[in-house]
This record gives sequence, C-alpha cells and structure tokens, in this order.
Amino acid sequence: MNKRIPPAQKSVIAAATAVLLLTACTPGTKEQKIADPGTEVSGTVELWHFFSEREADAVDAVIKDFESSHPKIKVTVKSGQDDSKVTQAIGAGNGPDIGLSYSTDIVGKFCSSGAWVDLSAYIKRDNVDLDTLNATTRQYTEFGGKRCAMPFLADAYGIYYNKDLFAKAGIAGPPKTLDELTEDAKKLTVRNPDGSLKTVGYLPLFDFYENVPSHLAPAVGAKWLTDDGKSAVAADPAWKTLLAWQKNLVDWYGYDNLQKFRAGLGDEFSADNAFQKGQVAINVDAEYRLAFLKDQSPNLKYGVAPLPTSDPAKYGGGYVTGNIMGISKNAKNPEAAWELIKYLTTNDATITKLANSLRNLPTTTGTMGDPTLAADPDFKTFMDIFASPNSSTTPPSASGPAYQETFQAFTVKWQSDKVKDLDAGIADADKQMNSVMSLGG
Amino acid sequence: MRLRRNLTTLSFVAPLLIGIAVFFLYPLVSAVYFSFTKFDLLTVPQWVGLENYKRMADDPFLLQSVRNTLWMVAVFVPVRIISAIGLSMLLSQLKRGAGVFRTIFYLPALAPPVAATIAFVYLLKPGTGPVNTLLSHLGINGPLWFNSPDWSKPSLVLLGLWGIGDIMIIFLAAVLGVPVSLYEAAALDGANAWHRFRYVTLPTIRPVILFATITGVIYTLQYFDQAAVAGSIASGQAVTGGGISTAFGFPEGSTFTYPLWLYTVGFRYNALGYANAMAVVLFVVALAVTVILLRRSKAFSGEEQ
Repeated sequence: MNKRIPPAQKSVIAAATAVLLLTACTPGTKEQKIADPGTEVSGTVELWHFFSEREADAVDAVIKDFESSHPKIKVTVKSGQDDSKVTQAIGAGNGPDIGLSYSTDIVGKFCSSGAWVDLSAYIKRDNVDLDTLNATTRQYTEFGGKRCAMPFLADAYGIYYNKDLFAKAGIAGPPKTLDELTEDAKKLTVRNPDGSLKTVGYLPLFDFYENVPSHLAPAVGAKWLTDDGKSAVAADPAWKTLLAWQKNLVDWYGYDNLQKFRAGLGDEFSADNAFQKGQVAINVDAEYRLAFLKDQSPNLKYGVAPLPTSDPAKYGGGYVTGNIMGISKNAKNPEAAWELIKYLTTNDATITKLANSLRNLPTTTGTMGDPTLAADPDFKTFMDIFASPNSSTTPPSASGPAYQETFQAFTVKWQSDKVKDLDAGIADADKQMNSVMSLGG
Repeated sequence: MRLRRNLTTLSFVAPLLIGIAVFFLYPLVSAVYFSFTKFDLLTVPQWVGLENYKRMADDPFLLQSVRNTLWMVAVFVPVRIISAIGLSMLLSQLKRGAGVFRTIFYLPALAPPVAATIAFVYLLKPGTGPVNTLLSHLGINGPLWFNSPDWSKPSLVLLGLWGIGDIMIIFLAAVLGVPVSLYEAAALDGANAWHRFRYVTLPTIRPVILFATITGVIYTLQYFDQAAVAGSIASGQAVTGGGISTAFGFPEGSTFTYPLWLYTVGFRYNALGYANAMAVVLFVVALAVTVILLRRSKAFSGEEQ
C-alpha cells in the first residue's frame, strides 16, 4: 500500500506544523486582574534575583523576616538569575512571580512589552505614596507612563580622590567645577623622565572603568532622550561642552600616552584597581567602592565628593541607578508577589536593614534620617548625591542600553581624534541612536 | 510486506532523522521565519518582511564588525594553514623526540579558549606582562597588544597560532601519508628539498588544505569567545554588573566581530528579529564560501582539476 498525500495538501500541513511549532515558543497575552482591597493574601511566591554568596544571604535574611510577618505566604528564592534567564522564562510562559534585576536598562523593554505588569493598580489600591521614593529612582522604574518596576536599593556616582596625592600637590579640597578638575588633574599628574605617565590626576578616557558618558552626563546636565523617546544629544549643547572639555584634557596628556598608561592598569574589580593603587588620583565611582576600599585598601587615605560640574549652581549631584524588581505577566501568584515587593521596596525598616547589609543606598525618604542606618560621612556624601535634584539617570528605552552604547562608541572615536567636526559627529551619532532604538520599537 | 520493510528501515533511520529535524531543520526554519519579524522574546513576533535585511545596509556597527571579521578571515585562515604546514613539515623531519614535540605543540589546543585568552592577555599586558618586560630587556619597545586598535587583531592571530595543534595534527598525518616512493622518484630526477615540497608534498596534501580552508573560514566567521574575552579583560572591566558586552570590541571597536554584534543585538538589545536576519546572512555566506571552494577544487571527489 502506498498512501500518497497530494503535494498541495503536503505544503499546507508543513506550513501549519511550522506555524504551530513557532507559536509554541513565542509568548501570548493575558489580562490583568487584581484582588479587592483587604483580601487576605496567601500561597507561594517565587523570587529570582542575581545576588550570590554574602549578598544572597542578606536577601534571605530579609525574606525570613517577611515570612514571619506574613505567615500565610511562602517565598521560594532562586539566586544567581540574570536578566536573560528572566526574559527567556517570561517569554516561554514560565516567568518567576518576581524578578529582581541589577540593570535599569531592561525597564523599557519589560514595560513596553508588558513582560512586567503595570503596578499602578496595586499602588492605588494599597495607597502606596510614591512620593516617599527618591525622585530619580522613580524615573528609571517607569516607562511610557507605565510603572512596572519598583526600586530595590540604589547606586549613586561621585568622585573619589586620593588625599595623600592631593596634599603632595598642595590641593586643599576636591574639585567642584570641570575647570577645577582639569587644573587639579594637571597638578596631580606625574610624568616619568621619558615623558610617559607615572601617575595620572584624572583619567578622562570615556571607556575607562566607570568614566563613561552616562556617568558624566550630570556634570553638564546633559539630556539623553526627548520626552517622546528620541535622541536628544544633538539638540542639547551640554554634550558638546562635555566632549570639548574632555578632549582638551585628553590632548594635554596625549591620547597615546593615556592609552599606554591605561593598558598597564589593573582590573577595575580587583585589588589592583588604579585608584586603590594610587595610580589615578581622582576617579569616578559609586558608593559600592567604599566596601572594596575598606576590604582591599584599608591604608588608602581618600575622600568622596559629588561630581564636578560645568555650572557651579548645578553642583551636588551625580549619576544614579539601582536594582529594580517587578512582577512577571505570567506570575502564578501576583498578589503575594506584590505583597513581597511592597515589603522590600516601601517598608523603611526593611530597606534600612538591606542597605546596612548590602552597602547600597536606601531608596525611600523615610530612611534618610534613620538612626539605625549605618552611614559614615562618606556614605552620607553618596546619600546626599542620591537626594540631590542635580542628579540624573539614564532614561529607560525599549531597546535597553542601545542608545547609550551607540553614543559611547562615538565618544571613543572622538577622544582618539577620529572625529574632525564635532557638530557633524554628534549629529551623526544622534541619527545612529535613533536608528538603533528603532530596533526595540 | 513492503510497507513493513520500509517501516523497519525507517525505525533504524528515525533517530537520525528526528535529530536532524529537531536540532537542525527546525532551528533553521524558525531562524529564517524570525528574520522576517520584529521579535523580542516577550511579545508576539510581528511580520516586517524584508525590513531587517534592508536595515543592514546602513548599520555602521554591522559594517565595522564585517570589516573586522573579513580581516580575520583574510589573515588568520592563511596564516594558520601555512604555519600548520610548516610545523608539520618540521615535525615530520624529526629523527628523535618526535613524540615529545608533537605533544608539546598539540597541548595548547586542549586549553579552553576562555582560559587561554585570559592568560594571553595577561602575558601580553603592557606595563606588567612578562612579554613586554622581556622585549624591553632586548631593547625593544613592545606594542600595546590587546590594548592597541592596530595590534589587537594580530594579537588574536598570535593566540590562534598558539592553539594550532588541532589542524597541525591533521596536516602531520597528511604529510606523513605522502608515499615515500614519490620522494625517491623525485630525488632520482634531481629534485631538491624545495622541489620535493612544491611538487610532491603540496599536491598530495591538497585535499587537507582544502578541508582546513573551509573549516577555518567557517570557524573564523563565527569567531566569538576569544574576541569577547580579550576585549573585556584588556579594557580592565572583566566583571561588571552591566553584562559583559559593554566592553565588546575594545579597543576602539577593533575586536568587534560579526557574531559579537549579533549577540549584542539579540541578547542585549532584545532585537531577535534583526539578530536572526544576521544569523541567516552568516549562514548563507558560510555556505557560499564552502560551495565555491568545493567547486573550484574537485579535490574532495578525488578528480583532478
């Protein structure tokens, strides 16, 4: 017997199978409903986070507190889960109830695609006052009018300066303006007899450690995106100010000299960090460096300060970012998930405890004066930067960090003298940023 | 009866067919399908037709990555083959200790690429690495290796040459397989060492050269691990929370290969439609290169040109 399927029918079957197979691995959509106020929440909730070892233990301790105050909710924690695992799990329909991510870059995508649900309904139902959250953190946790994430501790960037090197060069305090930064950088720089660099006052390269355009944008108050999510770099003259200032200093050192000097420096997250070794006197970094310094370079005398600015009136701020958490659209127990998120991101006592153990900045205004918060003067400086109205963040975008990295690639070209006309270069980068952002749509 | 026999045959072939269907055909078909869509893993793919292919024309990062990858293909593949032939010729001439030297030259091929790359970057690290220190004792001012946009790709080639063992072994087998009678005949005709190599060895091992060229081109088109690791270690940001791809291409995008851009677009910018289109193009290019090489030389089928 020879059963034959007519060719036409065959192709239909093949096409149908293909469609079935393909849709099996692509996400669908689901309606969001929330419980009435006062409904008792119970059941299990799964939390995925990226922490490991000591930090994971700190999170576990807080989760334990949550379980004892909410005896009907059981929390399953999975540590060491990065963004791509969370993305794949949500796409495959098995997203964890709660995702905790280190990167604000995913907010745009997760909000616009609905991968994380809009929390507004819960916030309204439970009368959570968002004004108690730090203003900058509110910016990076919402996108396109959707609040789909909540901030879980934060990082603020300022400058670290080496007090011994400052004393040797006869400089009294940290630079407050970009001009002072240039001046101090020159005074602090020591050259070898052959002209190569021995110690660098401030290493201005845009691809060095944390010295990236996004972390320096608050120095000139530069704006990344317009309100409708298009690139603002060509329209905002502040970028030109920053780039011109930076290039000036790069040229003073000589780009090749800086390249050579940088090539010999140790890794940023090792005890050989150039600032910790005293090879660089002023360095842009965040509050988490404090813990590294205490651990790896206990003898280094350093100070911390806000980012120097082009306009003295705008002094006091720096770049702000942080961890974020949200509820997957295919969460099995969104009510319990919200209960836990609320506990971790709006409860002052919890946040103080987390800030003390993880050594990151607490995100609610209520924690600021808390006497139980372990805040030495250096940590306090970062809390002030964090609270400053002059601080800013990188706005969320549907294509993640694509626009920042496109611009950074341009600034790397700029510093190496490969861009002849700055205005035309910025205009071109602006166009590329819009183009790369259309990938995320 | 015939049906039954067919079924029996089929049952034996089935595991293979299922394997090909599930692990090759299905991914290939879905890659092609997704390349015509806008897809971010999180929402339903949207059909966009040829949009993804059209945008490749004016994607400056794509052009940069293509230039870097083509540089690697043009330099790395021939250098690797010539070195492997040279090395295997030397090894085949050894009278004593051949086993020891073969082992020594083969060993680096066993090192995991990531570990080997990290070691290489630290060995070549300007300022603190031993290679430049040694060079400075000889009065040579060493280059910045992985930290220089001009030297980063040659450094990757050096790294590749260090791990040449895998194709060296194949060439060694081929060189040793050349019939001794051919050499004797040539020697009787007055051929010197160069003649013997040019007119006896080379023609005999041509199928192996072709094989090494094809696998080398495909390997280099997919060059990823070493470039990714070298870039991030050299940039001094080996472990940052923001994900490894912030340092891809360091310095100045000189090690930014095609697969690195594909990966960044797909898994960092969540533009899997575009990433799939790039994957399809890579597949087509690799296939085209293979077909052209096989056509040009009939060596595989055993016919003479």
